[in-house]
Amino acid sequence: MPGLYRDEGVVLRTIKLGEADRIVTVLTQGHGKVRAVAKGVRKTSSRFGGRLEPMSRIALQCYRGRELDIVTQAETLEANRVLREEYGLLTHAIPMLEAVDQVAQEHEPNPALYRMLTGALRALGELRNPVVTSAFFWKLLSLEGIHPMLDGCARCGHEEGDDDAELIAFDLDEGGTLCRGCARGGGWSLSFPALDLLRRMLGGGLNGVFAQPTGPETHEVEQLGIRAVEHHVERRLRSTALL
Amino acid sequence: MNVYEGVMQTLIDELGRLPGIGPKSAQRIAFYLLKVDALDAKRLAHAIEEAKDRVTWCRRCFNISEGELCAFCLDERRDDHVVCVVEEPRDIVAVERTGEFRGRYHVLQGAISPIEGVGPEQLRVKELLARIPEEEISEVILATNPNIEGEATAMYLARLLKPAGLKVTRIASGLPVGGDLEYADEVTLGRALEGRREVS
Ligand SMILES: [Zn+2]
Ligand SMILES: [Zn+2]
Repeated sequence: MPGLYRDEGVVLRTIKLGEADRIVTVLTQGHGKVRAVAKGVRKTSSRFGGRLEPMSRIALQCYRGRELDIVTQAETLEANRVLREEYGLLTHAIPMLEAVDQVAQEHEPNPALYRMLTGALRALGELRNPVVTSAFFWKLLSLEGIHPMLDGCARCGHEEGDDDAELIAFDLDEGGTLCRGCARGGGWSLSFPALDLLRRMLGGGLNGVFAQPTGPETHEVEQLGIRAVEHHVERRLRSTALL
Repeated sequence: MNVYEGVMQTLIDELGRLPGIGPKSAQRIAFYLLKVDALDAKRLAHAIEEAKDRVTWCRRCFNISEGELCAFCLDERRDDHVVCVVEEPRDIVAVERTGEFRGRYHVLQGAISPIEGVGPEQLRVKELLARIPEEEISEVILATNPNIEGEATAMYLARLLKPAGLKVTRIASGLPVGGDLEYADEVTLGRALEGRREVS
């Protein structure tokens, strides 16, 4: 049918439109990010009901419009209810959606990003471990082609093991760790446990990371992950205010 | 977009700042106002002025009020020990229309929005906590909207209030009366099943 398309996707955000409508932003599997109007969705009699709320994975059908598409059908594939019904999980799930909304391009398919997001939402619900969100931020940056340097000084090139090359900070502009000497010029301080956690996260040790109890370094890596994503997208992630 | 001159553009700009009114609607309303009787237009301007001058927030529940306390806080016949927490004053109107509730209200003046980064400190949460011992409140009904923001707010308040030994309840989410079961979405239907009750 001309103008109609079907896909599956995750609802990233919704904003109110007029009296009873919403604009829903969906990361789809095959059409990239899509913004579509869900008519009448705020009425209790809406046939969309709770299907178009953030975090829902849905099968949807849209009609391509000139500016915004129109949602014509939506069915739930995965409601991710557990993420919506526990405050600590909700506040950790929403920033992943916001980060994806910032990096995803409209109508440009990015199946790897889609897989990562659906996987992370599922993992957060199953493991109930906030570390999933930090890992997601760093993996998202990898997917965007940003691989932080973690085994030497990103400014002077000192490698770990050299004298005076203890890595104690992270610099967002240099994209990696700084040695003690270079850290005098700035950068975010980084404890050794946090550096170790970050290395395991990015070095394929995710399952081990998820199995380990959280500590102060978890928060450190999360905060640094937020800063790194914000640095990359060049704007604040508002939803991280509740972390 | 400054197509018109002077006062006309000012009027369109001001109308366009109202919630839910886009540039096109603002233009339509502005032209409508030009065509109506001068007295009608003056009445509208006067109503806005009066409301801004006289209506404030009730100092107890943060509903809109023309005095220190709103009509619900002044009403002697209402139950002091039960308070219904809502997001906005207009939600009080919706609850009142049911005729099912005879307790007091508390208006949060918003909801926690994880998406916008709006936290509890931007709402009237502190004021709610202060009312509980002061008014010997024993039950709190959380009547925030059944969307992400309302749910987040309800979860946050429940975590805060339950340890204080209060009865904390959440309004049930369920199927709209008059609707068909087959059209219900899974989240709504799942909650309706959880909140089921015995048929007498
Ligand atoms: Zn260095
Ligand atoms: Zn009042």
